Amino acid sequence: MKNAPGLEAVITQIVRKDRGRLLAALIGSLNSFELAEEAFSDALESAIIHWQRGGVPDNPQGWLLRVARRKAIDRIRRQVRFRERQPELARLAAEDEMDANSMAPDIPDKRLALIFTCCHPALDAKSRVALTLRSLGGLSTQEIARAYLDKETTMGQRLSRAKTKIAVAKIPYAVPGPELWGERLGSVLSVIYLIFNEGYSASSGDAAIRGDLCEEAIYLARLLDQLRGDEPEIIGLLSLMLTTHARRAGRQSDAGTTIGLADQDRGLWDGAMVQEGLSLLERAMALGQAGPFQIKAAISALHASVKVATRTDWPQIALLYGRLYYFEPTAVVQLNRAVSLAEAGDVGAALAEFDRLAPELQGYQPLHAARAEYLARQGDMVAAIAAYDRAIELTGNGADREFLTARRAKLMH
Amino acid sequence: MQYIALIYSGPDAAPKPETPEFGAMMQGYMACTETFKTDGVMLAGDALHGTDKATSLRIRGGKIETMDGPFAETKEQLGGYYLFECENLDAALKYAAMIPTAAFGTIEVRPVMSPEDYGA
Repeated sequence: MKNAPGLEAVITQIVRKDRGRLLAALIGSLNSFELAEEAFSDALESAIIHWQRGGVPDNPQGWLLRVARRKAIDRIRRQVRFRERQPELARLAAEDEMDANSMAPDIPDKRLALIFTCCHPALDAKSRVALTLRSLGGLSTQEIARAYLDKETTMGQRLSRAKTKIAVAKIPYAVPGPELWGERLGSVLSVIYLIFNEGYSASSGDAAIRGDLCEEAIYLARLLDQLRGDEPEIIGLLSLMLTTHARRAGRQSDAGTTIGLADQDRGLWDGAMVQEGLSLLERAMALGQAGPFQIKAAISALHASVKVATRTDWPQIALLYGRLYYFEPTAVVQLNRAVSLAEAGDVGAALAEFDRLAPELQGYQPLHAARAEYLARQGDMVAAIAAYDRAIELTGNGADREFLTARRAKLMH
Repeated sequence: MQYIALIYSGPDAAPKPETPEFGAMMQGYMACTETFKTDGVMLAGDALHGTDKATSLRIRGGKIETMDGPFAETKEQLGGYYLFECENLDAALKYAAMIPTAAFGTIEVRPVMSPEDYGA
């Protein structure tokens, strides 16, 4: 049978826009991740059949929610020990009754609770990422597997293990209270930023999907901001991602080689996106509570808001990295601070700092790339070429390798 | 929902007896046990003697083999446990964080199986 024209598009659109919200409501009412997902798939199957015959209902989301709930009731009844679940079945039947009597059933927004469950620190980091993308983003298991270069079955097993742990260990389906808020929000934000970075840094995987990952991360941060307004670090993260993503068109040549910040055609940057990022940063800072994402956003904003690379306020960026070190005391932050010092004019201090960081960061490509760059500026070509060799050796991605090889070749002339 | 909090620490990480730090740790254990009881979440809780007092047993080929040990002195060992009754993992984690050994060892929180988990 042929689908009615546009029906598939209508359903795809609803899934894209409302899957997270419907799934979150279903998990809340069914107390089970697995059952909610199965019931939702059942409901979508029914929708294809029924909407083809009778047309798309006025409130398709409400229709899907009710049908999914009934499908869940059917599934529970088919279980061996369903008699013990009579109270639950009665409650679900009552919910169904209530929705039947209202014109437009109200779909409770439980997405915030769902985000916190998916990003719970009791799950391993990769599972948090996968579960968040699957449940709240619009990505299929197959797409997530492709983005992370995993087999679809492996990714499916990872998701299923995570859902089992949520059920068995009773990871709560709730927005954490104030005593846990800081830790748990940190976990949610880092999951979103991991998704963004995977898309941005292009270390592996399919190029088209990676672009999607950046969009997904931005979508998730917007959702979080909408569900929980006035949280400075959420706004900071969103601003950071926007002012970074805005520069994507300038980052690669037509041949696919990475272009350094100083050499990018800034006309290719997305001005409207930069503007939005800048005003978000202002909104975050007005709340008067500093945090690592706001500082990173401020650094990104200082890059994104100047039209000419030579006008970049490097001393201010070095200061901000110093402040970031207070929140994230890592060698990578110190490396970035050293690079800003070099750009601000103090190449000697930066090279001394690189040497100090070298033991800890010896396997970190950007350290060697930075050393090579500034050794060359100091005129020490032999050491610079050796440093480029080391950086190229450590690079996993083609675009970066071409960039570094080209820089190295320039020194040979 | 029952959770067991398994208390692990390395042999050199814990404060030595008769030091002020040891006294503080014991005070901490008394205080947290009191809290667990007041909050009505504690079903059981005990400290264990070290693995140097342990005896291991296994049956191989129908024969019982009994031996001293295990000796894994460099590794973290199980030093005690609490059994909690809590609403969910976050509640159990909240109480686990009050256990003094968390500051230098590791607390492993595991859900306890109930009859329906066996698929009965």
